Amino acid sequence: MTALLAIEDLHVCYGKVEAVHGVSLHLDAGQIVSVIGPNGAGKSTLLSAAIGLLPSQGRILFDGQEIGRLGVEDRVERGLCLVPETRELFGEMSVLDNLQLGAYVRRESKADRRRQLELVYARFPRLAERRTQRAETLSGGERQMLALGRALMSRPRVLMLDEPSLGLAPLIVDEILAIVRGLREDGVSILLVEQNALAALESSDYGYVLESGEVAVEGRSDVLKSDERVFESYLGGV
Amino acid sequence: MTWDIALILSVDGVAGAAIYLLAGLGLVLVFSVTRVIFVPFGDIAVFSALTLAYLEAGRWPPTIALVAVLAAITAVKEVVAHLRHGRVAKVPAALGTWLGLPLLACVPAQLLAGQELPPLVDIALTLALVLPIVPLMARLVFHPIAHASTLVLLIASLVMHFLMSGLGLLFFGPEGFRTQPLMRGAVELAPGFLVSAQVLLMVGAAAVLAGLFFLAFERTLVGKALRATAVNRTGAQLVGIRPASTAALTYCAVSLLAGFVGILIAPSTTMYYDSGLIIGLKAFVAAIIGGLSSYPLTALGALAVGMLESFASFWDGALKDVIVFSLLIPALMIRSHFSHHSDDDVEEEEV
Ligand SMILES: Nc1ncnc2c1ncn2[C@@H]1O[C@H](COP(=O)(O)OP(=O)(O)OP(=O)(O)O)[C@@H](O)[C@H]1O
Ligand SMILES: [Mg+2]
Repeated sequence: MTALLAIEDLHVCYGKVEAVHGVSLHLDAGQIVSVIGPNGAGKSTLLSAAIGLLPSQGRILFDGQEIGRLGVEDRVERGLCLVPETRELFGEMSVLDNLQLGAYVRRESKADRRRQLELVYARFPRLAERRTQRAETLSGGERQMLALGRALMSRPRVLMLDEPSLGLAPLIVDEILAIVRGLREDGVSILLVEQNALAALESSDYGYVLESGEVAVEGRSDVLKSDERVFESYLGGV
Repeated sequence: MTWDIALILSVDGVAGAAIYLLAGLGLVLVFSVTRVIFVPFGDIAVFSALTLAYLEAGRWPPTIALVAVLAAITAVKEVVAHLRHGRVAKVPAALGTWLGLPLLACVPAQLLAGQELPPLVDIALTLALVLPIVPLMARLVFHPIAHASTLVLLIASLVMHFLMSGLGLLFFGPEGFRTQPLMRGAVELAPGFLVSAQVLLMVGAAAVLAGLFFLAFERTLVGKALRATAVNRTGAQLVGIRPASTAALTYCAVSLLAGFVGILIAPSTTMYYDSGLIIGLKAFVAAIIGGLSSYPLTALGALAVGMLESFASFWDGALKDVIVFSLLIPALMIRSHFSHHSDDDVEEEEV
C-alpha cells in the first residue's frame, strides 16, 4: 500500500535561506506520526509547505497523487488539513461561525453539518457553552479547542497538528492527546508536531526527529522512546 | 432657518444618505475582502444610470458592447493562462464563466433595446448589464496583482476610474441624463409636510438593500466566508475558502450595489459621464468614518455625509463639497483617538 501522505526530498526556503533541506516523511492511513525536534528545527515550516502556504521543491504525494503544485484550498478540498501554530482563527467571528466555516469545503447538507457540529461539541463541551462568544475573547486553551474543532468540522483524511498542546495545562494536554488518538479510530491519519516529545512519542506509531531542517533520526515511536541518543538530546529535559 | 426648511433639508439629506449608504457599503465590502479602495464605484453607478436613460429613450445602450468586449478580453486571457500551464481541462469552464455568463446577461438587453418597455423591465435589463462589469474588470486588473500592496491596488483602482469615465464620455457623450421617476406625486407624512414618493422609494429601497446585505453577511455561509476572508486571509485559505472566488463574489455584489445606486439617483439628479467620482468620494468619506471595516459605522457616516451635504448646500452651495470633505478631518481624528494599536492601524497606515 502506498502511503496516504508522502513527502519526498522536500526543500523549503524563506527568501534565500533554506529552512528545510530534503526531508522525506511518510504517513500511512490510520497512523499517527509525530515530528519532534528542537526550536527552529523546521517543523512548522515543513507543515506549512505541506499544506501549500509556503512554496517548496520536492514531491508531496497525497493518496498517490502529486499535490505539490496545488493551491492551499485544493489541498484542503482533497482532505488535507492543518492546524497551524498560530491557529489562524477568525477572531472577530463567533465560535459557532468559526466551526461552521470549518465545514466550508464539505458541500454537504445542513443536517450533516449539524451532526458534525454536535460531534465536535460533544468532544469539546466548552465550545458549546461559548458558541456565541467571539473567538478572540477565548482563553488560550479554548482557542486550541476551537482550532481543533474547526479542523474536525472539515472531516479531514490527514490532519496536521502543530503543537496542539502549546500553552495548555498538563491535564488538558493529556485530554487533547487522547482526543488525537481517538481521531485515529474515526479514520483520520495524523501528523503531529510536538514540543512535548515524550507525550508525542507515546501517542504516535512512528516518529521523526527533525534537526536543523533535516531528519536526524526516525523510527517506530516505542523504539525512539528508548533510543539512548534521542532520549539524551531531546527527551533529556522531560 | 425655519423648521420647515430644516425639515425639507433633512429629507434631502436622508435621500442623499441612502445613496452614500449603498455606495459606502460597497466600498467597505471591497476593501475588507480584497484590500482594494474601489474608486471607480461611482463610475459604475453612472454607467448604470446612463444605460437606464438610454433604454428608456429607446436607444441601444453601448454598455452591451463594453460588457462583450470586456468578456472577450478576459476570456482570452484566462484561456491563454490555462493553456500555458497545460490545464486544457479547465478551458471550457473558464470560457463559460468569463465569456458565457457575461454574454448571457447581454442577450435580453440586445433583444429588447429600442422597444417601448415597462420601467421595471428597463431597470432589470440595466442591472443585468451592469452586473458583469466589475467582476470582469477586476479579473483583468486586480486579480493578477491581488498580492500587491494596498498602494499599488489603489493606483490600479485610480487608473480604472479614469478609464471608466473616459469610456463614459466616449459612449454616452458629454450631455447629462435624467431617468423617469418610478413613482410620481407626493406623500403627506405630516400635516403640511409633503415628501415626494420617489424620495421615499429611494430611501426605502436603500434601506431594504442594506438590510438584505446585512442578512446575507450574518446568516449565510457564503456571507460568512466573505467576512472570514476579510478577518483572516490565511485562516480562510486553511478552511478551503478560495480568495479568487470570494473576490469574484464581492465584485458581483459591488456591481449590483453600484447598479442600484445609479438607478436610484438618476431620477432626481442629472447624471453626466463624470458624475461618478464625486459620488464615490463622498461615499468614501462615509466608509472612512466606518474605518473601512465597520458596516454600522459606515451607515452612520453615510447619514452624516448626506445631512451635512444637504444643510451645507443651503448655507453655501459653492462650499458644499468642501464642507462635506472637511468632515474627514474630525472623523480621522476621532478614529485615531479611539483606535487601539491593532491590525487596523497597519491597514490605515498602508492606506
Ligand atoms: N517567515 C520566516 N522568514 C525567515 N525565516 C523563518 C521564517 N519563519 C521561520 N523561519 C526560520 O526557519 C527555521 C525553522 O522555523 P520553524 O518555525 O519551522 O521551526 P519549528 O521547528 O517549528 O520551531 P518551534 O519548535 O520553535 O516552533 C527557523 O530558523 C526560523 O528562524
Ligand atoms: Mg513551530
